Amino acid sequence: MLLIRCPYCEAERPELEFTYAGEAHIARPADPSKLNDDEWKTHLFIRSNPRGTHFERWRHQHGCGRFFNAVRDTVSDKFAMTYKAGLPRPTETELEKARS
Amino acid sequence: MLHEHHPLIGREIAVRKVTPLNIRAVADGARFVLRIDPAQAAQAAKAFGSPLPGKIGDVTVSKGRLAVRLGPDEWHLVVPLTEQEAIETAFAKLYATVPHSLVDVSHREIGIAVEGVAAMLALRSAIAFDIGGMPVGTGCRTIFDKAQIILVREAEDRFRIEVWRSFADHVWGILDAASREIALGI
Ligand SMILES: [Zn+2]
Repeated sequence: MLLIRCPYCEAERPELEFTYAGEAHIARPADPSKLNDDEWKTHLFIRSNPRGTHFERWRHQHGCGRFFNAVRDTVSDKFAMTYKAGLPRPTETELEKARS
Repeated sequence: MLHEHHPLIGREIAVRKVTPLNIRAVADGARFVLRIDPAQAAQAAKAFGSPLPGKIGDVTVSKGRLAVRLGPDEWHLVVPLTEQEAIETAFAKLYATVPHSLVDVSHREIGIAVEGVAAMLALRSAIAFDIGGMPVGTGCRTIFDKAQIILVREAEDRFRIEVWRSFADHVWGILDAASREIALGI
């Protein structure tokens, strides 16, 4: 079973306490009514779906209940790091450090 | 009288072989879910009349009152039934100055004590994380088989499970099966 570190509980917890919640860092348009249908579609449905490093949201549903962000490799399924919701996307240097 | 109908009343699993194990329903208490701005937790502790744990996963026990910090703004409180009203009154007073929510969930859950040198072994049968690495005096919400529980490590070999009434029988059944294996030494 995968162990995921919850940045709020500051502990490694089993995967089955968590739920996946899609790609992270997707900002809602500041003025939604200004968007045309195509742009709105892109915002709602189009995701990057990368092969490799993926920034994603998780929720510690059966733990502290909090949403947080994680960096996971979609090929190896390895988590590089997790961080609290609202924090900026970690830089490449920070990721390198977390991976080592 | 809801208490008299709780599904585990009077039931006990006892293994008295090389590895003694005792599993029983604990005396009923009043339970609350407290949600409050963590910056105001000191005010809540005053109303509660006992300290509230400051770190997620920590537990405080004082004067028979148990408090577990489950999340950044969430505490699970278990108190003797006789103190329920006093605590509700104290928090109602606090509400005038500090907005929060205190929800009575007394009848939603059942406490199960798992005690003995084989306690960890019995729990391991259905809990996926390393219980051995859980320090005494901590607690957390987790999954027991398929049921959500709150697990508190009260002593080196004494644990307390808080589980929803409707899942209690399922959890009990698994503990029963695990203890039979322990009794047989398999
Ligand atoms: Zn958590």
